[in-house]
Amino acid sequence: MKLSVRITHDFGGFRLDAAFEAPAGVTALFGRSGSGKTSVINAVAGLLKPDSGFIRVGDRVLLDTERGVSVPVYRRRLGYVFQEGRLFPHLSVRQNLDYGRSLLRSPPPGQFEQVVETLGIEALLERRPGALSGGEKQRVAIGRALLCDPQLLLMDEPLAALDEDRKAEILPYLERLGAGTDIPMLYVSHSMAEVARLANTLVLIEDGRVLRAGPAQEVLSDPDSVPVLGVRTAGATLHAVVAAQDEDGLTRLDASGGPLWLPRIAAHPGNRLTVRILAQDVILSRTRPEGLSALNILPVTVTALRLGDGPGAIVQVQAGDDVLLARITKRSAKTLELEPGVACFAILKSVAVAQAEVGGAGDLPAV
Amino acid sequence: MADWLTPAQWDAVALSLKVSFWATVLSLPLGVAIAYVLARYEFWGKQALNGLVHLPLILPPVVTGYLLLIGFGRRGPIGGFLEQTFGLVLAFRWTGAALAAAVMAFPLMVRAIRLAIEAVDPKLEQAAATLGASRIRVFVSVTLPLILPGVIAGTILAFAKAMGEFGATITFVSNIPGETQTLPSAIYSFLQVPGGESQAAQLVLIAVAIALAALVLSEWIGRRVAQRIAGA
Repeated sequence: MKLSVRITHDFGGFRLDAAFEAPAGVTALFGRSGSGKTSVINAVAGLLKPDSGFIRVGDRVLLDTERGVSVPVYRRRLGYVFQEGRLFPHLSVRQNLDYGRSLLRSPPPGQFEQVVETLGIEALLERRPGALSGGEKQRVAIGRALLCDPQLLLMDEPLAALDEDRKAEILPYLERLGAGTDIPMLYVSHSMAEVARLANTLVLIEDGRVLRAGPAQEVLSDPDSVPVLGVRTAGATLHAVVAAQDEDGLTRLDASGGPLWLPRIAAHPGNRLTVRILAQDVILSRTRPEGLSALNILPVTVTALRLGDGPGAIVQVQAGDDVLLARITKRSAKTLELEPGVACFAILKSVAVAQAEVGGAGDLPAV
Repeated sequence: MADWLTPAQWDAVALSLKVSFWATVLSLPLGVAIAYVLARYEFWGKQALNGLVHLPLILPPVVTGYLLLIGFGRRGPIGGFLEQTFGLVLAFRWTGAALAAAVMAFPLMVRAIRLAIEAVDPKLEQAAATLGASRIRVFVSVTLPLILPGVIAGTILAFAKAMGEFGATITFVSNIPGETQTLPSAIYSFLQVPGGESQAAQLVLIAVAIALAALVLSEWIGRRVAQRIAGA
């Protein structure tokens, strides 16, 4: 189910002018606070009436200001998970979950039990939201949105108000949700770690405008995205297959550019993973380094070079079928005579598992 | 009927309860609607509406009663219309006493309900809308339950005010025993005749008892409802 969004809105001093298309799967809207992400998602929900625009989910037109079409919020059939949960304080968890479902003409049978089980909230059903922890509230909010049988899930920083432990508690549910349903999801976040784990499509927003939109891997590995992502969070992702569990506690992954070793991952040989490598964790060398403690060294070819305003530079390199980013200094780029086509070696100081694609994320703890 | 009160005294107590009951019950839906509009919408004339609602609170009650007499008397523009169309006469009837009590109690009711509505996070109402609830359903299933303590407090406050209304009532519908002589009017009348002090004192005690009972009841209901909303 495809999502098309094209909106302009004048907030008086701040102008939103955003357009993007997203295929099925998880689409992340990424940008700094105040960049206009939430306004975009609110326009899709119908909570914000843009000055002009066009919004379509699949073949349903939700907004078309030229033809005077604006479907009211309650008929848009969306599941919206807000940053603060927004559970109804006067209703029990069960009544909260039933709120949207009871308004459906024919709620899908068995769905209630299935969602409650997936989110692990059986024990909370008779409690009131006031007696729940932040993480529990957010799981109930996700369940409530899922149970109104939405055609599109909207999530506005659902994890931002939670501490790290609670985030780790909820992320696997979201991953399963993204992989296990065919409901498209629009996910607003300013956390690169969440986006890299969840998103198939990435839309970068800055000052109310869409800077880049496309497949997450492509956008993440584009040196031009780095200024928006921030030099500390910029990094590419690459696909790998679990090859073997070594005896010394390392797991060997096979990526198209060569083997990678990571501290043991709870996954079985043959499982496919996406790993994330931050640009600042990559060192480039013209010769194969010897006597280095780093285990992960891949032969690569420079494909692009982006010089920043300061002393830094971002180098995009090809490793097999995948693309990596390396953050180095302009001086090093000059000394090493790096330019497109040059062969060199990428030394990876740190590699993190970003998402498990097949085999369920359930048996995969965050690494 | 207990013989510690004279029939005239009983009439006054019963009439006051009847007048206050209908004054409160009939003005409640309008009170909730106006409180909602004042709390949630910006529109041209909002300050004028707000002023109109609060006018009886600051005008001398006699003036309010006089304005009611002009507007709702049998020759008044509204009173004449009501009599010709519905056969409803307000002047010098208990129905007029109910109208006077409702008008005087209205600002207190609207104020309490408006404060309760302003305390409800509109984001909860938005969330309900995204889940598929129409505006009316959002109000009935989310807003109303959350403002219930305020509505109850406003209703009981208005009832107590209606029980005590004197100036506007006596100006608009006079002080006719059995028809418009409410509790305060009866107390006033007893004090006007020599030897009526003891009868007046009995009615004063009853008025105090009813007011206290209303206060205790509203506290109790308010606490019950608040507990139910907060849950555990």
